[in-house]
Amino acid sequence: MSTITTPDTTPVSGTLESTEIRSWKAPIALGIFVVVAAVLFVVAGRDGATTFRLSSDTDLVQLADWVLPARGTGLTVTVLLALLAAVVVGLTVAGSRLGSRARRAILAVSIVAFTFLFLLAFLTWAAAGAAIPVTGLLLGTVSLSAPLIFGALGGVISERVGVVNVAIEGQLLAGAFCAALVASITGNPFAGLIAAMVAGVLVSFVLAAFSIKYLVDQVIVGVVLNVLVLGLTSFLYSTVLSQDTAGLNTAPRFPRFPIPVLSDIPVVGPVLFRQTLIVYLMYIAVIAVYVGLFHTKWGLRLRAVGEHPQAADTVGIRVNATRFWNVSLAGAVAGLGGAYFTLDSVSSFGKDMTAGAGFIALAAVIFGRWNPIRATFAALLFGFATNLQNVLGAIGSPVPSEFMLMLPYLVTILAVAGLVGYARGPAASGKPYIKS
Amino acid sequence: MSAAGTTTASSPTPEPSAPQPRANAILKEIIGGNVLITILAVFLALLIGGILIAFTNEDVQEAAGYFFSRPQDTFLAIWNAVSGAYVALFQGSVYNFRRDDFATAIRPLTDTLTYAAPLIVAGLGVGLAFRVGMFNIGGRGQMLIAAAAAGWVGFSFHLPWGIHLIVAIVAGIAGGALWGGIVGLLKARTGAHEVILTIMLNYVAFYLVSYMLRTPGLLQAPDQVNPKSPPMLETAIFPALFGPAYKLHAGFILVILATIFVWWLLNRSSLGFRFRAVGENPNAARVAGMDVKNIYVYAMLVSGGLLGLAGVMQVLGTVPTGFSSGIDAGIGFDAITVALLGRSRPWGIFAAGILFGAFKAGGYSMQASEGVPVDVVTIVQSLIVLFIAAPPLVRAIFFLPDGTRRKRRTTPIVTKEVEAK
Repeated sequence: MSTITTPDTTPVSGTLESTEIRSWKAPIALGIFVVVAAVLFVVAGRDGATTFRLSSDTDLVQLADWVLPARGTGLTVTVLLALLAAVVVGLTVAGSRLGSRARRAILAVSIVAFTFLFLLAFLTWAAAGAAIPVTGLLLGTVSLSAPLIFGALGGVISERVGVVNVAIEGQLLAGAFCAALVASITGNPFAGLIAAMVAGVLVSFVLAAFSIKYLVDQVIVGVVLNVLVLGLTSFLYSTVLSQDTAGLNTAPRFPRFPIPVLSDIPVVGPVLFRQTLIVYLMYIAVIAVYVGLFHTKWGLRLRAVGEHPQAADTVGIRVNATRFWNVSLAGAVAGLGGAYFTLDSVSSFGKDMTAGAGFIALAAVIFGRWNPIRATFAALLFGFATNLQNVLGAIGSPVPSEFMLMLPYLVTILAVAGLVGYARGPAASGKPYIKS
Repeated sequence: MSAAGTTTASSPTPEPSAPQPRANAILKEIIGGNVLITILAVFLALLIGGILIAFTNEDVQEAAGYFFSRPQDTFLAIWNAVSGAYVALFQGSVYNFRRDDFATAIRPLTDTLTYAAPLIVAGLGVGLAFRVGMFNIGGRGQMLIAAAAAGWVGFSFHLPWGIHLIVAIVAGIAGGALWGGIVGLLKARTGAHEVILTIMLNYVAFYLVSYMLRTPGLLQAPDQVNPKSPPMLETAIFPALFGPAYKLHAGFILVILATIFVWWLLNRSSLGFRFRAVGENPNAARVAGMDVKNIYVYAMLVSGGLLGLAGVMQVLGTVPTGFSSGIDAGIGFDAITVALLGRSRPWGIFAAGILFGAFKAGGYSMQASEGVPVDVVTIVQSLIVLFIAAPPLVRAIFFLPDGTRRKRRTTPIVTKEVEAK
């Protein structure tokens, strides 16, 4: 997005020698969480114990349940959180006296530990007196995150090559529609999968043609494409699909396919390796995009085009062709995410069935700072929070469900404002390249 | 600048030497300029919409089955399907010539204006943010919060006629401005990206309002099971402009005033100058001594306030019988397309809003009378924006010469921003 790109805004500091910019954002954000923890877990603490169920009855290896007392855990964790926050405050005060690498490592570890502890205490508090199926919670997380991850990967590829992809929502929706239609007609989910990729590529073609050839603002094209795809799929849904639901909108779903040995690993196995083909494709895609972007010639060229097209052109990379084909590739990846909706979670297409998932994926791209792995984790966060609400809703939690649903978005706001802060995208993203 | 005919904001054309004959200049403007492109874009979009309507029409499909024996049947069926749909669209949005008297025949036009009212103010909000280089997708959240605030004042306060309405409007605008202001503040102080913030705040607002709507004592109507608010009190509803037979309400006057206000703000005020300066180049603006971060905050406050006004229109004008969490009716997102079509200029947005209002009003009557899904309107709308955004494409399709020799600078929608420290 061109709003993000500031290649030429180095902060105008008073002195020219390197000054240490001391950011208080992270300590403040953690401080807010500590206060929340103190209020929720200590002041509004609940009695009873929470059982974390680590394995289901069908598992090969049975793990014992984990029982934590709600009030004690809340108190302990709040103290630990305060300590971690103090560490981060100390880091900020110490400033440049510590090496930047050491400081960054400590900061990262503290934040990860902080997040984990907070989550643990929150789960214990919210489910006091009941049991949480941990595998079910995580399994649902992977399922709900799958389309987001595909969408985010599409966004990362497209933005890294220099084309802002606001059209992820449209690519997902087009993928879902075509997957349902083709899989229903052929009766073959693989055909649906290919159709979804083609649909995503077609949306990308329009995005690429308008932004690269006609130099239209990429954000505009993206927004309009979302509306266009929504209109087209809804129109065809009401006029074509609903005429013959059995023949045109009843897609065969991919069966669950447990990977032999791996699926018997406790906790991890059922969560990661008892999935459908699309989810396995997702694992491959995440790794492939990461390795491809940072460890291959293709990735180097792609990033060069996105960061400095003039330089890339000078060394003989065809900037616009690179952009065009990689944006198309991004569309194919996002289209796969659309197929997840109609070939995995439900077997039929519904109007506007992606319901804003593309925008969440876009947020994950920026939240993950244009890195495929980080974007994947950001998408997992959204999936986790949504599924947490489902699980706690079934148990009966003290928090109104709306506030649970709000949580991932509030966390994102806090994280973006406090921890990620100024997000710098690929330098030339959003800018058309005109060869002179 | 762009858009002769669609805007009063255009600066004088930079041709100081040799004044051309006036008619000549106008002709050149029409051929090369945006007016013709706009008309052709609308035509192209309607054409594609027509193709879609024809392809999915049952009579056409039936006639196409024996196309080679009697092709004229197919063409007749296509003509019937497409013209029927578009005539219904026109009758539902402008003038229904099947009615006997003028008073009822003109009713669709007032419906159009009613639908256009929230679209225009919301489009003004989004467009204003565009001019400052920001992308406000948070219309939904800002409208919902505003609707909740205005609605709460509307049904629970007991104030005299006139004052009640004003208090409700102010509450709504304040609610929207608050929700937008959060974005501006966080962006300015922490450098968080406004696209993420607005998307996230949309969901937060939606769940917040949903919660309040299902909690008795907050917004839920007493003895109601559904998450819905009580109807607005008579004193808080926008009065009908032309009597009870027409839906058009006094909110439309507010829309005109808002358009004039935004035009004045952007083109005549010192704050507006700073807005545009930051939108054009934040670094230059900073070097010129402007406080860019505060500008972001002010811009989001005004933008959120305008979207809030759109929420007020919905709650006190369009649906005064109590609101649910779907009160925004997708206007926050439609507003983006309206702002794009209007090229982020106040009067352009005004015209674009009326066009989209007409599509909205006509779309429903088209669905009712011809059975063409209302979604075709969405397709046509987005195609119009797409074509207008790419004049070279439209010129290529119609074999038009590249009429604009002098390079027109189009307003950048989103530009750079200044790093937060």
